[in-house]
Amino acid sequence: MALPWLSRSFTGLLVETSSIIHQRTFSVSAVAAAIQKMTRVRVVDNSSLGNTPYHRPPRVIHVYTKNGVGKVGDKVLLAIKGQKKKALIIGHKMPGPRMTPRFDSNNVVLIEDNGNPTGTRIKVPVPTQLRQKEGDFSKVLAIASSFV
Amino acid sequence: MAACSKRLDKFIVSLRLLRNLQLQNERFLSTSVCRLAPDNDSKPPKFVPPSKPVIVDKTQAVKSQRKFLSPEFIPPRQRTDPLKFSMERRDMVRRRKVLDIPEFYVGSILAVSMADPNATGKINRFAGICIQRGGSGLGATFVLRNIINNQGVEICYEMYSPRIQKIEVLKCEKRLDDNLMYLRDALPEYSTVDPEMKPVPLSSTEEVPVNKLKVRMRPKPWSKRWERPKFNIQGIRFDLCLTPAQMEHAQKWAEPWREYDMLKEYDTSELEKQIFAEVQQEMKK
Repeated sequence: MALPWLSRSFTGLLVETSSIIHQRTFSVSAVAAAIQKMTRVRVVDNSSLGNTPYHRPPRVIHVYTKNGVGKVGDKVLLAIKGQKKKALIIGHKMPGPRMTPRFDSNNVVLIEDNGNPTGTRIKVPVPTQLRQKEGDFSKVLAIASSFV
Repeated sequence: MAACSKRLDKFIVSLRLLRNLQLQNERFLSTSVCRLAPDNDSKPPKFVPPSKPVIVDKTQAVKSQRKFLSPEFIPPRQRTDPLKFSMERRDMVRRRKVLDIPEFYVGSILAVSMADPNATGKINRFAGICIQRGGSGLGATFVLRNIINNQGVEICYEMYSPRIQKIEVLKCEKRLDDNLMYLRDALPEYSTVDPEMKPVPLSSTEEVPVNKLKVRMRPKPWSKRWERPKFNIQGIRFDLCLTPAQMEHAQKWAEPWREYDMLKEYDTSELEKQIFAEVQQEMKK
């Protein structure tokens, strides 16, 4: 007799908790910032390391540039799933020069130490300006699905 | 009854005869001019070439009847020498003679083709909704936003850049606000545009329609506090994401005295008329 009432109260509780979870209570990286140390990034290739859920988002722990600020085409060192892994930045939230795309998230692809990508597919559009950057990105560009 | 029908038949026959006669007459009349001419003087009449057919290209956009001056022509309110702005205007008109920069507003859907030495095929086409127009003079810009493969992408284009090859207006409309930067924090369906979209025609005399769409937002935090009076946003459903108490709290930052600040007054209507006439004249040259 009390079962329907109980179930109803349970569903109500669930809805409430879900709405609470939906509201992010933690802070996120500032929008207008390029990639630097401790920036949380989004891995956009289909490598298993970047796509399996983990309780801690991947973070940049080093940027391989002179000034410590990473832009499109720069290499970074990630702390991902408790390991260190190199990655290549292929898009960030901070607007770059005019006529170049600005993305809504900080996107990286995982690469091995020799520069080969770990995954076999990039799910999001890749900026074409990556082509003119020096450095050998041909293997990364080859796995891109679309360019913008 | 039979007699009646016979009479009717006769009548019809006579009518037909009459019509035939008329036709003959017409023919006679039409040829008479040619026949009469050699009678009057021996020289054959001068050949008059038939008038050239006027080919109306329906695919080409009809010149808009609306009086529209692109906002980057209006110089900002400052003490810079007006000569600088007039020189810039001349260069802008020169560019506009080569590249057709159509009339568009924030909220219109555009597609821009630009030369890109890095792209495959050397041409990069991007379609999206215009969320902001900025800059004045030759440095005028506009920002297009679209969502591709669930990834929000924005591109800021320089309107007078020589790299731009074509600007198409896929849908000309206005929105409730002059700046749609809040689409970054809205649900993705509001900034998704199909790049293969067919242009929606708008008649050349019609007023530009205002799309009174109000968007639903993602949960906070947003990139900016859009509920603050500074932004004066009309196009967000605040009732879904904020409580009345929060809306009340946002009014703490209201600055109602600003609209009475006489030092900030800048009436451009007179200036606009003057520049419009100047630009029209220059474009005709």
